[in-house]
Amino acid sequence: MTTTPAPSAPGTPAPDAPVLEAVDVTKHFTVRSAVGTRSVVRAVEGATLSLPRGRVVALVGESGSGKTTLARLLAGFYAPTSGEIRLEGVPVRQRRGRVERGHHRDVQLVFQDPFGSLNPLHRVRHNIERPLRLHHGVRGKAELDRRVRELLERVALTPVEQFVDKFPHELSGGQRQRVVIARALAVEPKVLLGDEPISMLDVSIRLEMLNLLDRLRTEDGLALLYITHDIASARYLCDDIVVMYAGEMVEGGPKEHVIADPQHPYTRLLVESSPDPGRGARDREALFDADADSLGEPPSLIDPPAGCRFHPRCPFAMDVCRTQAPERINLGDGRWARCWLHQEGRAGELARPGAGVEPVAPGALAEPAAAPTATRTTQETQ
Amino acid sequence: MSAVRRDLLRGWKVRAGLSVLAFFVLLALFGPWLTASVPGLDPRANDLTAIGLPPSAEHWLGTTQFGQDVLAQTIEGTRGSLFVGFLSAVIGTALAILVGLPAGYFGGRTDSWLNFLSNLFIVMPVLPLILIVAGYMQGTGLWVIALIIGFFGWSGGARTIRAQAMSVSNRDFVLAMRTLGEPHHRLLFHEVLPHLTGWIAAMFLQGVIGGVMAEAGLAFLGISDSGAISWGTMIQAAQQQSAVLRGMWWWFVPPGLCIALVATAATLVNFGVDELSNPKLRTVRRSVVRRTRDRAGSAGSAGSADRAGSTDRADGVVGQSPVGSDA
Ligand code: SF4
Repeated sequence: MTTTPAPSAPGTPAPDAPVLEAVDVTKHFTVRSAVGTRSVVRAVEGATLSLPRGRVVALVGESGSGKTTLARLLAGFYAPTSGEIRLEGVPVRQRRGRVERGHHRDVQLVFQDPFGSLNPLHRVRHNIERPLRLHHGVRGKAELDRRVRELLERVALTPVEQFVDKFPHELSGGQRQRVVIARALAVEPKVLLGDEPISMLDVSIRLEMLNLLDRLRTEDGLALLYITHDIASARYLCDDIVVMYAGEMVEGGPKEHVIADPQHPYTRLLVESSPDPGRGARDREALFDADADSLGEPPSLIDPPAGCRFHPRCPFAMDVCRTQAPERINLGDGRWARCWLHQEGRAGELARPGAGVEPVAPGALAEPAAAPTATRTTQETQ
Repeated sequence: MSAVRRDLLRGWKVRAGLSVLAFFVLLALFGPWLTASVPGLDPRANDLTAIGLPPSAEHWLGTTQFGQDVLAQTIEGTRGSLFVGFLSAVIGTALAILVGLPAGYFGGRTDSWLNFLSNLFIVMPVLPLILIVAGYMQGTGLWVIALIIGFFGWSGGARTIRAQAMSVSNRDFVLAMRTLGEPHHRLLFHEVLPHLTGWIAAMFLQGVIGGVMAEAGLAFLGISDSGAISWGTMIQAAQQQSAVLRGMWWWFVPPGLCIALVATAATLVNFGVDELSNPKLRTVRRSVVRRTRDRAGSAGSAGSADRAGSTDRADGVVGQSPVGSDA
């Protein structure tokens, strides 16, 4: 709350006002090779994203698309090269590349790798007591105990006695990730950024983790950013989807629309390569199997393709795509896309026979439903 | 890291080296009291009736030109030499941590400055400098010698600490704790430093041995406290009295042997440390084979843990991992 003026006291937010925003954020890293030549990695280019209270926004993209960099920008790990991160409308100030401590009180990040994000030398208790001491000034032993217990119960690490004095190596991946989430919750943040929080977990417990995140969003009104490379889990958890490709955002909007009727060739490729939830619960493993990584080589971020960065892989690529980057076009219903097809009047080609699928409700994962089969129009147009 | 410590203690070289060192430490602590109370020998007493005697039943290691008992002197010298060794190691290790830890943790400009400092000390002609400084402080006690040795001997250790601190600081848990709002000093000393204890312990040991050797060297060059007894001062006294020419081998061999033993022990321990930090040197030991087999047998948790470090920070993009299995 340190960066926010008085009016927006906790609990009385303007509905739908974004808690955390990235406004036209760009991040370039300068890397120096062994021989001393410098090159610039254009990790994130002109990204705009807003996270409203109580909503889950999924950021989907393959590895190397800049989604982790964006999450770390939002978390305040580094300052954007240009653009602005805003917390409740107030630009986050950076001092010597580092964000003020108040930012961490409101924004917490859950890392991808639960094996790496817990210090192997500290017990579960230590991890959760530290934020309690730091942010809430909890001192007394009894009070600390009570709060630690509460937090562990919230992430379903029960019976608490069994876990509180364990070292990370004594826990499974899922249990560790719960500790990581409890640690983040101990801060009582307004925003939780999940950087592929389930991708390194066993398939059998991924659904549980997603349900836990979903519960936190509903119960606490957290704004949640869910970063993932598999569109299926995004479909399960989120409200809005933003698709990133090679450091740029290519499409965004409410999940049902984006998935049912993608307006960018890359999104369509993603959706088509992801398994259909209609295939039933037996295929739960398959639900998490296909991911954005299996779709060929991502372009280099040091020397990205000119024009639309997707053009080397795009089946619709036109001449203009190779020279000029497309603008962001609003398509109504909160949807937008960056693709020349919309300006050239060729958007109709993106539609596919399977379009107009029912919005996918979480329940659809459990029971087999009529499978709307997607015909692979991509192949034909190639 | 506890795994490092465990592996370190497993090799026979390290164990042998540590045993020799432990023996000398005990000798330094209790030896002088033992010599004084059991045979009733005083390392400083000049027995004019026993000058330059070879080893005998009365004086097991003979006597010096001044009629002092060599055994009592060697034992008293153990205390002097190890005192210098330990004190210089404490100072050297503390300085190495103070310079290396922030350099590796903060990186950037802090690193540049601190690295410059330690490089300066690495290329500095240390011995002449020590000679000059010690010359100014002539006649002072052993602790000044130790101070000088420690002050000039931290730079190599600082580089080790820096490299290790850098790799630990880049791990996710440090970043995660920083996101929680942990202040830097907590991150440095509670998150990063505990991972370096193995290295620091090894460094400290090397520092002790280095200190012992350096003290002997300085004493041989005439820089020492005339009242103090150490292996170095013994050899220096023997040299001054031309013990070699007179065939009084019992005067300089015992302290020389002690130094050689300590140095050998240090080398053995260093072998162990090297094998740890450079696995290519490690010959396959039975236990390693067994452990590897055990690990392969257990669930894939170890595999996932190995992948833990796959975060590519150059472009801030996390490498994709295949489905990690849960132990
Ligand atoms: S702008 Fe052109 S190349 Fe890029 S996605 Fe659209 S059609 Fe394909």
